[in-house]
Amino acid sequence: MEKLKVQIIEQLNLEDMEPSDIENEEPLFGDGLGLDSIDALELIVLLEKEYGIKVEDPKEGKKIFESVKTLAEYIESRKN
Amino acid sequence: MSRKVYITGLGIVSSIGMNIEETFESLLAKKSGIKKPKHLTSVHKNDFVLGEIDISIDDLKNRLNIPENEAYSRTSMLGMLAAREAVNNAGIDNINEYKTGLLSASTVGGMDRSELYYRDFLTNDTHNKYIDIHHCGDNTEKIARDLGIKDFTSTISTACSSSINTIMFGARLIKMGILDRVIAGGVDALSKFTLNGFNTLMILDKEHCRPFDETRVGLNLGEGAGFVVIEADDIVNKSGKKPICEVSGYANANDAYHQTASSPDGNGAFMAMTNALKISGLSANDIDYVNVHGTGTNNNDLSEGIALKRLFGDNVPPFSSTKGYTGHTLGAAGAIETIFSALAIQNQVTYPNLNFKNTINDLGISPQTEVDKNSEVKHVLSNSFGFGGNNSTIILSKINNN
Amino acid sequence: MKNYISSYCKIKNGTVIVNNNEVFRSEANDLKSVVKEIYRSIKPGYAKFFKMDDISKLGFIAAELMLKDTNLKNRYNDSEIGIVLSNSSSTIVTDSEFQDTIQDNNNYFPSPAIFVYTLPNIMIGEISIRHKFQGENAFFLNEKFDSIFISNYVNSLINNGKIKACLTGWVEYSENGYEALIYLVEQDGNTEHTEENINIIYNK
Repeated sequence: MEKLKVQIIEQLNLEDMEPSDIENEEPLFGDGLGLDSIDALELIVLLEKEYGIKVEDPKEGKKIFESVKTLAEYIESRKN
Repeated sequence: MSRKVYITGLGIVSSIGMNIEETFESLLAKKSGIKKPKHLTSVHKNDFVLGEIDISIDDLKNRLNIPENEAYSRTSMLGMLAAREAVNNAGIDNINEYKTGLLSASTVGGMDRSELYYRDFLTNDTHNKYIDIHHCGDNTEKIARDLGIKDFTSTISTACSSSINTIMFGARLIKMGILDRVIAGGVDALSKFTLNGFNTLMILDKEHCRPFDETRVGLNLGEGAGFVVIEADDIVNKSGKKPICEVSGYANANDAYHQTASSPDGNGAFMAMTNALKISGLSANDIDYVNVHGTGTNNNDLSEGIALKRLFGDNVPPFSSTKGYTGHTLGAAGAIETIFSALAIQNQVTYPNLNFKNTINDLGISPQTEVDKNSEVKHVLSNSFGFGGNNSTIILSKINNN
Repeated sequence: MKNYISSYCKIKNGTVIVNNNEVFRSEANDLKSVVKEIYRSIKPGYAKFFKMDDISKLGFIAAELMLKDTNLKNRYNDSEIGIVLSNSSSTIVTDSEFQDTIQDNNNYFPSPAIFVYTLPNIMIGEISIRHKFQGENAFFLNEKFDSIFISNYVNSLINNGKIKACLTGWVEYSENGYEALIYLVEQDGNTEHTEENINIIYNK
């Protein structure tokens, strides 16, 4: 999950953040990290670029990107 | 002091027609121009339907009598076609008889050529003449030169609302007495750049778009150009020609919410419509038809619908999005839809919202789905919204004494 | 009716001038580093800054510095404040960046975050979102900074009552360099909003 956090910070240009600033279960959107819809689209690019996973429906992203934990679980499930 | 501003000429090219006559026929025949592209060379071309104009670069050059070796983008040439028609349509013989300006809008400029020669730009000099025509101002300069306009030219870039803003700004220059006549509008050609870009935003519908439908999933991109000739009432009256309609109101406001998304309460749209009404001196229930921005994205249609309900309450007038015909023509959309609105007043007819079936649950309002030739069309309101939060509205009115 | 320039910020060659005072100087040559250094020096605490493209960062930071002591939000409603900006090269640098992400079929990962910045008026959107300005806005493409055009246009907006204050100017960035002048026009003040006075601050 640490690696994933580094990737998120890089992909989303979260300049002032360290991986340790992101809690595993903290919401990525809304009140948590405060990401927005464009960030969600960038996370979809990240999934494809780093993990070869294609997300076709943007609505699907909502559940996947709830937190770093759900994202990691999703990547794990798609690997198998 | 208070000069009125009349529309006296229209010029248009889009996937539903190469001129006003063809376009109007398609509108009445419910004929959409959206299909698989023939001329755009993209690896995605078979994945999407687009409002592409069925004409090649070479045929465009022929049609405009441009020498083969001169560098012209598709964008410039589409713009020249529409601008020439607008000037002819307005019956102008001597363009410099009055102080005349050109205001044009574009979001991609010469991108259609740049992306073709991008590799060459980086590695060799074979296509460097196309570097100079990349910028959006190049279209404006080419069109101005083609029409012989000397007094004033400018280019506006406020994304997809750009060309409504050119008409608004032109109207202001006329009211201020700085110019007597303005050719205003916008143009954008399809490019891989925009297709890829909108694809990454995941707001493209691979099938025909369904604006204001509960099941809508996105927009179709299109290309086109639209120009109107607007003139001061004093010079129109002097010439004795019959104007098409009056530009009675206009406004723009910033939604100040998100780079690309519209606010959930439709604030920017509501402000633009409210302020345009204020300028026209009309009240909401004077509006007979609304040509909505209605791109077919989840976000736009819901937000715009909410703004309509805020403004009109339970009496939302007949409205439709014409993007099911042309696709979203970006920098040209505002002018193209202003032209549709002017044709509505001129011919006393309003248009259907193609592909609509299901009312949006959260809205409870439905667009018009048939051609309506039986209702009086005195005042038409048209919306155009753009990324960057720019929301613009124009109101056109029938001229009473003719 | 006369209008006045009440505040300005000029950024060029690493030098930042606010209302005739040099407030910051960067030794860096590239815009990316310069705007970051300025941001660090004024600490606006606005993380979204880092997601913007470089020309938006330039416009945003110039607006930030120019507005600092103007108390603008307490003096006007949101809809009374407009933004009119201009430049020559639109968003050419960002356009190329996006083009690079779609050019290579073997490394094809187009970035939505870059694409949204390939329109010059997104900068207006960013400033509007930050400060909740909702008045009329426009972005013009002119060959060079046109002080006659801008002064006429902005004065007419204010004189016609569309807005009461306008953030305006020129924010340009291309391979040939960068340059920003952002200033505020209001109905009161000491420096009249004329072509001559605009050129004086533009040439600082």
